[in-house]
Formats: sequence, C-alpha cells, structure tokens
Amino acid sequence: MVQLLGRSTYHFLQPPVILASAAAGGKMERDGPLGKWFDYIDEDARFGEESWEKAENRMQQLALKTALQKAGLRKTDLNLLFAGDLLNQCTGSSYGLRGFMVPYLGIYGACSTMAEGLLMAAVYTGAGLAKAAGAVTSSHFCTAERQYRFPLEYGCQRPPTAQWTATSAGAVIIGENDGNSAGKVTIVHACAGIIQDGSVRDANNMGAAMAPAAACLLRRYFRESGTGPRDYDRIFTGDLGAVGSELLCQLLERDHIQISDRHEDCGLLLYDRKKQDVHAGGSGCGCSAGVLNGHILPEMRAGRLHDVLFAATGALLSPTMVQQGETIPGIAHLVHLRMEQGGNNGCSSNC
Amino acid sequence: MPTTERYAEMVKNTSGHSPSWKNIPLAFLIGGAICTIGEGLLHLYQFTGLTADWAGAMVSVTLIATSGLLTGLGVYDKIAKLGGAGTLVPITGFANAVVSPALEFKSEGLVLGTSAKMFLIAGPVIVYGLAASAVYGVILCLLGQAGM
Amino acid sequence: MFVELLKAFLIGGGLCAIGQVLIDYTKLTPARILVGYVTAGVLLSGLGIYQPLIEFAGAGATVPLTGFGALLARGVRMAVDESGWPGILAGGLSAAAPGITAAVLTGLIIALLFRSSFK
Repeated sequence: MVQLLGRSTYHFLQPPVILASAAAGGKMERDGPLGKWFDYIDEDARFGEESWEKAENRMQQLALKTALQKAGLRKTDLNLLFAGDLLNQCTGSSYGLRGFMVPYLGIYGACSTMAEGLLMAAVYTGAGLAKAAGAVTSSHFCTAERQYRFPLEYGCQRPPTAQWTATSAGAVIIGENDGNSAGKVTIVHACAGIIQDGSVRDANNMGAAMAPAAACLLRRYFRESGTGPRDYDRIFTGDLGAVGSELLCQLLERDHIQISDRHEDCGLLLYDRKKQDVHAGGSGCGCSAGVLNGHILPEMRAGRLHDVLFAATGALLSPTMVQQGETIPGIAHLVHLRMEQGGNNGCSSNC
Repeated sequence: MPTTERYAEMVKNTSGHSPSWKNIPLAFLIGGAICTIGEGLLHLYQFTGLTADWAGAMVSVTLIATSGLLTGLGVYDKIAKLGGAGTLVPITGFANAVVSPALEFKSEGLVLGTSAKMFLIAGPVIVYGLAASAVYGVILCLLGQAGM
Repeated sequence: MFVELLKAFLIGGGLCAIGQVLIDYTKLTPARILVGYVTAGVLLSGLGIYQPLIEFAGAGATVPLTGFGALLARGVRMAVDESGWPGILAGGLSAAAPGITAAVLTGLIIALLFRSSFK
C-alpha cells in the first residue's frame, strides 16, 4: 500500500526491502576509494567485447546476474525490470538485458536513473504489483565520450568544471516486505522530481545544470513528507560534483534549508580527486549506482547510517539541442532508505 | 529558484577557471617545440636536395604521419592534455582530428564508420579554408579585370 | 641554423599561445578555433602579411593551421595568375593536396592497424 503525500511523494506503508545489490566497473573505479566494493572489475573496460557499446551491455548483464545470485533468486523470480542508461535508445539496457526474459520497462533519467529505477521498483512492489523487481543502470566512459563529446583519441583539454563519466553498472533487487525486514534496508519514501532548467548552456558544467533540480526536489520533498534535513543521517545527491554540490547548498540556504553538515555527493565519493584526474568529480548513471552499492548500502548494513536520502540527479542533455543553442534541463529523484532495526515493520518516527 | 541572471552569476562564481597560468606557457612550449621540429625537418629535406616548396610539403606529411601514429598508439591525446592549443593548432592537431574519429568509429565498419566519420571534426577546417580561398580568388580576378 | 630554429620556436609557440587564450577565455570550441585559424591564414595571406612571417619564421608560421590557410591562398593566387577564373576552383586544393591526402591515408592506415584504448 502506497500513500500519496503532496504532489509526488510516496509513502510506503509496508516498505519494500532491498534484497541485494551488485556493481561492475573498470580500472578507474577499482583505483578509487570504493574499489573493493565492486563485484566485478574489468581492467581494460572492454569486458571481453569488441566494441565499447557491447562492453556496456555486458557490464549490465554482469551486474544483474550477480545481484540475483546475491539475493538467492532466479531470473524467473523477477516480476519486473526497470533499466536505463545514457546511450541513444538506452542500448546498454535493452541489448544488455534482453537475454534475461524478464518483463522490462525501459526508463531514461540520465544520471538519475538509479534513483528513478528504485522509485519505480519500490512503487510496484509496495503496491503489490510485483514480489521482486530489479533496477539496473550503467554508464561507460568510452560510449559516453563518443556519443556526447569527442573520439577517445582526440586531444583536447577538459575544463575544471567537467566531470568524468564512470564506467560502472549497478543492479538492485527489491522485494516485497513480508513483515520481517529487521536488519534490512527498506525504502520508506520516494519522490519523483520535476524538470528544472537553470539556463546553463555549458555541456562541460553539468553539475551547475543539475543543482536546481536537486534543490527543487529536496525542498519539495521536505515539505510534502513533513520532514527536515535533521531527520536524516546523510543526504546523498547524485553526481553534482564539486561545482554542483556547492551550488545546491547555496540554493537551499536561500530557502533556509541547511544540509551542508550532512550532505555528500556520489560524484565526489567514487573517485579520489587528488590522485585521479576527474576534475569536478564523477558522473554517469553508473556513478550513483556504484556509490549506492559500494558506500551507502554497506554503511547502512554496518549500522553506521540509519536514515538516508538518496537523490540521484541527471542532466537531460541532448547534443543536438545544445548545438541548436538550447539550455540543459536537469532532473532529480529520491528515495528515503532506512535500516530497519528490531522487528519494527514500516512506519515509525517521522510519519 | 533565483532568477536566471542571478543563477548564472552563482554558477560563474562557483565554477573554477582553467589554470591559464600553466596552460598558456605549456601551449607555447609544446606548440613551439612542434614547429621547431618542423623547421629542423625543413632544413634536412632541403639539404637532401628538395626544392623549398616540396620540402615544406614533406614536412607537413612527416608531421601528419607522426601525429597519426601517436594517435593510434594512444599517446597524442595524453600530450594534448598538457599541450592544449600547443597540440591543437599545429598541423599535427589537424591530423589527430582526422585520425581519431577514423579509429574510434571503426566499430561501425570501414565505410560507414571510419571513412564517413573521418572529417567529423576536421571537415569544417577544409570547408571554410576552401571557401575563404575561393573568395580570395574572386577578389583577385576582379582586381585583375579592373587592371590593378 | 640555430637562429632559424629559435625563430620557428618563438613564432610557432606564440601562435599556439594565442589559441590557448581563446580556449581558456572564450566559449569557442576547438573546431571553431581551427576554422578561425585557417580563415585568418587566408585573410592575412591575402593582405600580404603572412608571407613575410613565413620568410621570417619558416616552419614556425607554416606548421600552425594559419599556415594551411596561407598555403590555400597562395595556391589560388598562383592558379589565378596562370589561368584566370578557373584558378579559383583549382588553386586551393591543389596546393593543399599533399597534406590532405597524407591525412586521409594516415587515418585509413591507422584505423586498420589500431583500435581506440581506454584512457
């Protein structure tokens, strides 16, 4: 049973449970601070395939396969898959997951796809329309570069505001709450965001393009759910990077919402910016997916974080529209994750 | 949300600027070095007996082939990270702009990938270079007819 | 000879440094900067400014893309002098032929021999 709060905040009365998650990545991701959490690493990021696109397909397959294994489920146990990526026609998902033979709903939310997939999977399982659903996403540095920017071997400098597209795929399996969610991470709330356009034209400054969407989402979510930043141990945003994170805090401060003491950004967690040449941080669907799998969920399972907001952001950028002089719209969606303690089922402190 | 102008100002204040204090001297050094190699080759080719024009053409060919090889080996873009315009502006940058898409789009085949995408970045240089030279030619012809 | 190498270094480096200023302080993309350089080369050559620079700096002026523009302009000028109006169409590309053909062949050969690698 799902309750609608305000315009688009969903409150799950029997919070769906995260059964398992998995991630696959490349060398850059292994060398980052979360490297040891990746279930599968491919040194040359080709995943044994002959093209980068095929490598990305393979990466999504690996992530979903591993997540299913960890959850102890078979493909046939999945009622639904929500998946998307950055490529035209979402090829990473549709080609990568075609072999699973699971009912499939493709989604596109650029780098916010992990949160969008979690939201959809939680709504379906929370509403009793699925017993188990998967949310899968990926991004690959090499496929994104050639679709959005230049060929890999083309020599050019990146400005300091540019972000590095993560080579990473993540899969999360969400299951119905059977009344015994103690010791598991559940999804208590979710909120679907509104497209915001901050009139940013610079495709090398996506953090600035996405910050207004994140600010709008958080502001509205706090109002609709009747909660505030203090109700959460951490607020993770998608991949705003260094520039976008600072802008987000500034935007929220104008509305007297103070999050800087508990805010962290996935774009700043996946890589070590001092040692790795990623400029303003990581980006791509795989960035927030990798951080969710390699940092947020492990920290929650270890009992260090209890209530967490995971708000992934996406720049809904089209190279064609940018060339036509258009600005870059941003989007953000969030889920409220809670580590359930004791036998308490569902609704507690902040409803 | 702040107004568009206000937000643009916030973005400008938050976004760091490229480290020009480092970029400009590096572009000067690396670009200068490529031209110096060209000059050395020019003397070498003239020494072997080529005319000045042919020696000049051979310098271009040598630099283009070398840059192409470095692109294939995945080295040119690493130099370009440091060199910036120093590797973009010389003829080696033009060669890199031709070779890198040829290599990248090989996965879509040698006809529709490699060759169709070869001038993805460098095409405009040839188009506008030829257009400008044609305009110049028209002006020369008109001046010639006017007896100047 | 040393003086000539130094002159090539200084002028070539200077032309590249101008490009870096354009990258860092304007919103111009690399492709636009290159178009600007080649067009500027044609223009400066037409105005009679670029040829003296080539005589002074040699490869320092011919290797940057402005030199490619100057080459196109010189080709057109020589062809027009020789054959009048038809020279407009033939001159530029004939002068640039070795460079363009070398670039195309290099692109083809390198694409056959190598594949792009992860950074």
